[in-house]
Amino acid sequence: MNMGFALRMARRELRAHRRRALAYMGAIATGVAALVAVNSFRSDVARAVSRDARAILGADLELRSRQAFTAPILALIDSLEAAGHETARAIRFGSMVYTTANRDAPRLLEVNALEGGYPFYGTVATEPPEAWRTFREGRRAVVDPAVLVYLGAAIGDTLRIGDAAFEIAGVLTEYPGELGVRVAVGPRVFIPLAYVEETNLLRFGSLASHRAYFRIEDTRAVERLVEAYDSLFDAERTRVETVAEVEEELGEALGSLARFLGLIALAALLLGCVGVASAVHVFVTERTETIAVLRCLGARPRTVFAIYLIEAAALGAGGAAIGAAAGTAIQFLLPALLAAFVPVDIEPRVNLPAVGGGLALGALVALAFALLPLLRIREVTPLRALRRDFAGRVRRLDSRRAAVLALLAAGVTAASIGQAPDVWTGLGFAAGIAATAALLAATAWLLMRGARRWLPRRAGYAVRQGVANLFRPQNQTLAATLGIGFGVFLLATLRVVQVNVLGQLEVDAGPHRPNLALFDIQDDQAEALNALLVERGVTPLASEAIVPARISAVNGRPVAEILADTMGRRPPRWVLNREYRNTYRDTLVETETLTAGRWWDDAPSVPGVARISLDEDIAEDLGIGVGDRITWDVQGVLVESEVASLRRINWARLATNFFVVFEPGSLDGAPKTHVVLARVEDPAERAALQRAVVERFSNISMLDLVRVQETVDAVLSRAALAVRFMALFSIGAGLIVLVGSVATTRYQRLRESALLRTLGARAREIRRILAVEYLAIGTVAALSGSALAAGAGWGLARFVFDMPYRVPWGSLAAAWLLASALTVAVGFASSRGVVRRPPLATLRELAE
Amino acid sequence: MRIIAENLEQAYESAGRRLVALRDINFTIEPYEFVAIVGPSGSGKTTLLGLLAGLDRPSSGRVLLDGRDLGAMSEDERAAFRAANVGFVFQTFQLIPTLTALENVLVPLELKHDGQRADAERARALLERVGLGERLDHYPAQLSGGEQQRVALARAFANEPAVLFADEPTGNLDAENGAAVADLLVELNRERRTTLVLVTHDPKLAARAGRVIRLEGGRIVSDSGGAGGAVSRASAAGAASGARAGGAVAPANPGGAPAGAAPEEGAPAGGLAADETRFGGASAGGAPEGGAA
Repeated sequence: MNMGFALRMARRELRAHRRRALAYMGAIATGVAALVAVNSFRSDVARAVSRDARAILGADLELRSRQAFTAPILALIDSLEAAGHETARAIRFGSMVYTTANRDAPRLLEVNALEGGYPFYGTVATEPPEAWRTFREGRRAVVDPAVLVYLGAAIGDTLRIGDAAFEIAGVLTEYPGELGVRVAVGPRVFIPLAYVEETNLLRFGSLASHRAYFRIEDTRAVERLVEAYDSLFDAERTRVETVAEVEEELGEALGSLARFLGLIALAALLLGCVGVASAVHVFVTERTETIAVLRCLGARPRTVFAIYLIEAAALGAGGAAIGAAAGTAIQFLLPALLAAFVPVDIEPRVNLPAVGGGLALGALVALAFALLPLLRIREVTPLRALRRDFAGRVRRLDSRRAAVLALLAAGVTAASIGQAPDVWTGLGFAAGIAATAALLAATAWLLMRGARRWLPRRAGYAVRQGVANLFRPQNQTLAATLGIGFGVFLLATLRVVQVNVLGQLEVDAGPHRPNLALFDIQDDQAEALNALLVERGVTPLASEAIVPARISAVNGRPVAEILADTMGRRPPRWVLNREYRNTYRDTLVETETLTAGRWWDDAPSVPGVARISLDEDIAEDLGIGVGDRITWDVQGVLVESEVASLRRINWARLATNFFVVFEPGSLDGAPKTHVVLARVEDPAERAALQRAVVERFSNISMLDLVRVQETVDAVLSRAALAVRFMALFSIGAGLIVLVGSVATTRYQRLRESALLRTLGARAREIRRILAVEYLAIGTVAALSGSALAAGAGWGLARFVFDMPYRVPWGSLAAAWLLASALTVAVGFASSRGVVRRPPLATLRELAE
Repeated sequence: MRIIAENLEQAYESAGRRLVALRDINFTIEPYEFVAIVGPSGSGKTTLLGLLAGLDRPSSGRVLLDGRDLGAMSEDERAAFRAANVGFVFQTFQLIPTLTALENVLVPLELKHDGQRADAERARALLERVGLGERLDHYPAQLSGGEQQRVALARAFANEPAVLFADEPTGNLDAENGAAVADLLVELNRERRTTLVLVTHDPKLAARAGRVIRLEGGRIVSDSGGAGGAVSRASAAGAASGARAGGAVAPANPGGAPAGAAPEEGAPAGGLAADETRFGGASAGGAPEGGAA
């Protein structure tokens, strides 16, 4: 092969196609930029997590229990303290908090009762600075800044927590392991542990987390300790957390987040590559005569092939380099976007493996996509130089083509797996991409077939020409449909999922949906509370009892025995160990559907055995079904039960749902608390009611579901922002593909339009022809993208989010219209020259 | 270079029907001969040119260039053969639009030697020879049709081909430019001592050829170089021995040329020698070659 010649020719060709080269490189650069940014961010996060893991935990070892520490655990804590390890204690629970300074509604906040020097690591800063030290000395509190906003309070005001009062000593300005969203979800109040009893809140049924922290600087000693007391912790239902675990869990969670964003980046890259393939396809078609002439002059097929391969490789590498540079810059934007989800300070740094990986992946994938259309070069016969109409033999699939296709499939799959959180996600992603591309290609094919078949012969000239443009030689239908369709698909899918998740939480959806939840109601308070509600004109929508219980045995086998069994399939530890908050009632509620067995009828089948209905996922985890038995430990009393039915529960709704429902009467006499759901339309009345309830029953917690919805909304919007930011790259790549495909057919358009205008067509008519063509492509591509998104949304709702699915017609229609309009606009903008230029100038330029 | 066509047939399958574009083609073209292939549209002229140049394979029969069977060569061998021995001139000029005039002329040289300093000199000299010494760095789009075809001529002669194939070289040009290009083509052909095979509609250009092969419906209906291979070969023998005029037998234009063309065609009927003499006289640069006849 004549390498020197090929290189020289490639250079000359590149020089002549600067404008087109820019679009080509842009398509690759966009995807590579996204990829490099995300992958650099991932390594920034990993570095920050391993640096800050100790500060996030605030200690070297943490013990956690849902009940007060039992005697053996307390003994262990004492012995560790005696061994000289610095120790701290804390109790964390939710409570209504309000200020006596005004009449604002009380809010459910997270109360942290602290004792000792926790956190041992990391920096805590407050305003005023001495507050963190002094609040432990009396009935004082340090709060998150959000608490002051929520309660309309100021430093120095008095906070009411249960039956106790605390003076606000200061606000937190810095706390280790801070997570942006958590402040929105549950702002904190820190009080000294010594005064927690005064609140009178740690009663039966309230959710409190008891914690003990230790400073044990020798990591090995921590490991040995955890190992030595493993069975004790298990038996006493105490969870253990170490720095290594925090690092691993957090690293994994954040890694998954970054990898998920990485997949979106990969999608942008692949979209760009579709643009590359279509650009190369059109380019090769245009260069057919040059190729034939070169062949006539004695260039071998592989020399000519090399010219264009070198060109494609050079442009791919150039695009990837631009993208890598841009991505390194964009990486600095990501921490700000994702700050709410990342509890560590991220210092972005140029990451060579990420840059190198992005460069290599971008250049290789682009080249692989270019290869397929480039193969046609070898089939160009030199005879084309003599007669333009000579088409040559068209070979559909030869061994080379098959090899390139296989290479492409393997490349895309490998890239997906490399980028995805796990192998299956990667495979699923690659399959999804392939299916989407295939469906879009089929749509394009149908559009071309349909346009040819049902060409509107009676319509005006412009419409006929515009529709005919869809299927004429060198049309851009396939490329544009893939580009636009894919972009719309990605964005619409995100939107569909978001709308569905939020729709589930819609509190104001109807007058029967509750907007206020009251819980932790003690048995003896139920009547008085009801009277208070009635007095204020509020009718409870639902009132349910909660009976806390633990599983003692499954089918007669004690839990301890099941846990000790290392052979075979064992249910997850938490399913066996957790405290279940069960209820009893005689009907199914709106959010439940029966999937197996039957609901209770009149007489119990076996006396002394309560019938229960289980959540189907819990049943699956436990490995049991209808007819199996569970023995419950209800505050020390054993209750035998038989599974009568299984239910599927829609957990996405803001409603009270229970893993386990007993038949009524079976839990009579068991200690219980109550939950009441109500609806109060007027926000001011809702606030006043909460205030009244808390002032009378300090232990009752209330959730204003409207506020919860706002919070969830805010959290999801921030998550969506990050996802949308990544999706921007897909839109960018899609637009470049569109502009590129318009630009690559520009010469064809120039020629046609000059001819038409020479024959007497007015500029307006040319514009109309283009409008019809772009409108047809834009609408069909966007429509199929939206339709695919509706399908993908269904799949995600059904299999990932496990919630009912509603097609958001409005959002899909908006995506459709927007994308169509955008296509026409971009098409117009990039073919302006086509319409404006005097026909003679065009014809002269084109007369080769 | 001697070109032999033996029982050439070219047929295409189209919509289930077999269309025969060429059949029973037999002739020999001797080195340095100037042959015009003429005939009405669709008579198979361009198809024949493509076969002779090895751009396509015949359905049956064979083409021998310098005794080598083009059909037996691989695609790469044919390419290498073209690079070394063949020049092309096309009706639509077929300059590579992304290359300057100079670079276009350089292509065959670079294909042959991979770019040497001497090549650029040679390409420049050729462009000067065709009168475009001032326009080396112009792109095809910046040149007129006549100028483009002159660049194409320079490119065709760049690798000193033993044989030059021209497909309607004046077909896309006006009378004036066409004549200039025709003059140049004939002059260069004589200067560089190439065999020239050209397909044309233009009776004036055909008249300048030493031999005219006329096709109709895919068959040779007349050949001024002889009715068949034997006659042609005899003519070739004569040409080789220097007595070129002796071989010419058939009238140049048996198909009935326009009346105005007839007196001009009288001269070529006499043979190549007369033809060359005539043009040798008309062109200052061509004199030495003309004298050799």
